[in-house]
Amino acid sequence: MLQPNATFIAQIIVFLLLLWFIYAFVVPMIAKPVNERYKRIADGLAAADAGRKELEAASARANDILREARERARAIEDQAQRRSLEEIETAKLAAQAEGARIVAASQAEAANEAARAREQLRREFGALVVRGASQLLEREIDARSHAQLIERLTQEIAGD
Amino acid sequence: MTHHLSHQKVVLGSFTWNVDTLLMSTLLAAAIALLLIVGARRLRSDRAPTGLALFVEYIYDWVDGQVAESYRGGRRFMDSMALALFVWIVAMNALDLLPADVPSNLASLAGAHLWHVLPTADINGTFAMAFVVAVFIIVAGVRAKGMGGFLHEWIAAPLGKNPLLWLPNVFLNFVELLSRPVSLALRLFGNMFAGELMFLLIALFTLNAVGPDVGTVVLFVLQVGLGFVWSAFDLLIALLQAYIFMLLPIVYITLAEEHHG
Repeated sequence: MLQPNATFIAQIIVFLLLLWFIYAFVVPMIAKPVNERYKRIADGLAAADAGRKELEAASARANDILREARERARAIEDQAQRRSLEEIETAKLAAQAEGARIVAASQAEAANEAARAREQLRREFGALVVRGASQLLEREIDARSHAQLIERLTQEIAGD
Repeated sequence: MTHHLSHQKVVLGSFTWNVDTLLMSTLLAAAIALLLIVGARRLRSDRAPTGLALFVEYIYDWVDGQVAESYRGGRRFMDSMALALFVWIVAMNALDLLPADVPSNLASLAGAHLWHVLPTADINGTFAMAFVVAVFIIVAGVRAKGMGGFLHEWIAAPLGKNPLLWLPNVFLNFVELLSRPVSLALRLFGNMFAGELMFLLIALFTLNAVGPDVGTVVLFVLQVGLGFVWSAFDLLIALLQAYIFMLLPIVYITLAEEHHG
């Protein structure tokens, strides 16, 4: 109980033996896997963090690309629309010009036709007048002088 | 009653050995060494520990945290010392919770007339650990500062460098050097001895009872009730004293490595 004796020395040896055993075997045997596990956990968390950052960066990049593509599509659409409008405009102008040309041509044709008809009418009228006059005179008139007469008459009629 | 508190002794020449203290503490040291190594061997870095390995890692982690709180530097030795002190003292203190007569009766079957089962209620046991701690404190101081620096602090700290203060400094350092292990050893011894004494006093209630009369029944009820209460309290003391005996050496060695004066 209270008397110190040689037990003291023996207890020192027992304690030192236990301490040596724990120092030499137990603590390293615990510390190694535990520290490795802590490192693995820390590494895993860091990797997860890095992965999340990478994902964020990638999705940001994807968004950029998407936005750029959308803008480019819109620009192309605008350009196409503009060009189609221009083409429609040009076609319209061309059609108008063509129409005007056709109208003008037909007008000219009509005028020509009218002039030719008038000319023929005049000739036929002249011939009719000559035939009428010759019937009135009941005599033959020289064809040559006829022609000259008709020509003259024609001129006169045309002159009205 | 004194036969519970007297040691089974073996005298070899001028040396006397307390066989009970030696046997119980050595058996427990072997048991915890085995327990720790079996648990530690099953620890893996790639999966969570379970069972005994979890228990061992939990204690190690807690002790390591306690050391890390005050000690800056490699913790392998400090962890080992704290682990050895805490686990061993808890195991020894736990013997106090065995019913008083059981160990001595078992021992008497083996031929021992006396059996004081609690090694931490033997000053040889507590002083042995405290002595080793005191040596570590000195070694830590010398290792951290060199022999010259260590001796310099013995004469120059804590009061100052003035030659008039050398003697008081040496006196104070000497008191400090002695008081630390002595208080460590006596604190543990006192607490555990008192706890053991309480159990024995409670056990005395019905020791000399002659028959089942009213007084004996009352005493019996009291004995069981107080025994239960004191068991709970003693469990607390056992853990707390082990914790104190683990923590103070950490603090002392940390202080010993710091520079003063």
